[in-house]
Amino acid sequence: MIEWFLNPAQWQGSEGIPNLLAQHLQYSFISLFIAALIGLPAGLYVGHTGKGTFLIAGLANATRALPSLGLIVLLVILVGPYFKSDLAYLVPSIAVLVLIAVPPIMMGAYSGITSVDPAAVDAARGMGYRPLALLLTVEFPCALPLIFSGFRSAALQVISTATIAAYVSLGGLGRLIIDGRAQNDYMQMASGAVLVGVLALIVDLFFGLASRIAVSPGLTRRTVKGVASRRQLANEKQRNS
Amino acid sequence: MRFDWLLRESGNIANLFWWHVGLSVIPVIAALILSLPLGWLAHKSGLFKSAILGVAGLLYTIPSLALFVLLPLVLHTKILDPLNVVVALTVYSLALLVRTVSDGLGAVPPDTLQAATAMGYRPLQRFFMVELPIAVPVIAAGLRVALVSNVSIVSVAALIGTPQLGLLFTQGLQLRFVTPLIAGIVLCLLLAVVLDGLVILLNRWLTPWRPRKV
Repeated sequence: MIEWFLNPAQWQGSEGIPNLLAQHLQYSFISLFIAALIGLPAGLYVGHTGKGTFLIAGLANATRALPSLGLIVLLVILVGPYFKSDLAYLVPSIAVLVLIAVPPIMMGAYSGITSVDPAAVDAARGMGYRPLALLLTVEFPCALPLIFSGFRSAALQVISTATIAAYVSLGGLGRLIIDGRAQNDYMQMASGAVLVGVLALIVDLFFGLASRIAVSPGLTRRTVKGVASRRQLANEKQRNS
Repeated sequence: MRFDWLLRESGNIANLFWWHVGLSVIPVIAALILSLPLGWLAHKSGLFKSAILGVAGLLYTIPSLALFVLLPLVLHTKILDPLNVVVALTVYSLALLVRTVSDGLGAVPPDTLQAATAMGYRPLQRFFMVELPIAVPVIAAGLRVALVSNVSIVSVAALIGTPQLGLLFTQGLQLRFVTPLIAGIVLCLLLAVVLDGLVILLNRWLTPWRPRKV
């Protein structure tokens, strides 16, 4: 497999690793962005008002059971003929990626808002915060850890499903696996699988790191700089165990 | 929808359906058996907990198609061997269940444990007759998630050629034919609902002391 990676042919042109990786990231980013536009406001609204809880929980369960491969193929056949050239498989694939990314983002926002310490919300309300200000400047920052974990699982599922969408001729790293299978080239398949796996792990790390940076230290009781006190270390340990 | 096609292919579809059932359920059973000792270990020791849950989280991030492709390297199997799919799904289910088993055991009230010890339960006896039954609802919740997500992940294995309902999807694309696609999606959803319902019933049957909600 090392030989496969060292072959300069794998690193150039439209079928080269850099281009496939760029495509994979592009599809994933677009899908996550659209999903965030839908899922984040919906989750925040349901979490803040408590209306429609049953609906979003049901939606999350239903999409988990939906076979994404079947859905992508179905949309390609039904919707594809209405579009020209690449859009014929691009639009159905992105639609399914958005569909699977919305529920985790929505559930993350919803459970984030509902898990905010009610005392903090009451205090803010007592200080005269209006509902929108309360949601955006108190509840949202406090809900960030769970919002991030929602985005993290959405991103991982999108990367995984974008790989599968190579079957309907979407670009991205999945090409290596699907084309390798068609050509009976196991080395290419395995290399593609390694690349997809590494991409997933890097994205996972990225979200972990972004969450650490974005979440207020007051919320996690981390110390910003300097040495943590004994008591804080003990608290950290207790919370992690 | 072409019902004559469905009728003609019903034998084949039934065969794929049972493969799908096996490939979704067997890994969860294997993972449940493995997750009991591992979840117990994680529950008992903080060091093991972060190690086990760390590895589980890492394995869970690997995309399913990548895992199906890479397992033959580890297991020395052929790429078409259904064992690859079974092992991959066992890994995912295990990663999920270890956490729920350790959470479930952690949710047992300490008073109950002390009462059991005072009544003369030995550690192993106490685990199987007190701690595990009380942890059943939490473990059942994990089982539901594992089973339902397995049903949809199994269909991905069609891309490497393992027989199950996912083959209806690849067939549908090759023939540009909607009927097998709808049949496959409906059967997958049906299977997920049935398996989910079975776990709910099992949970009720195993925990008769819990109050019944409607």
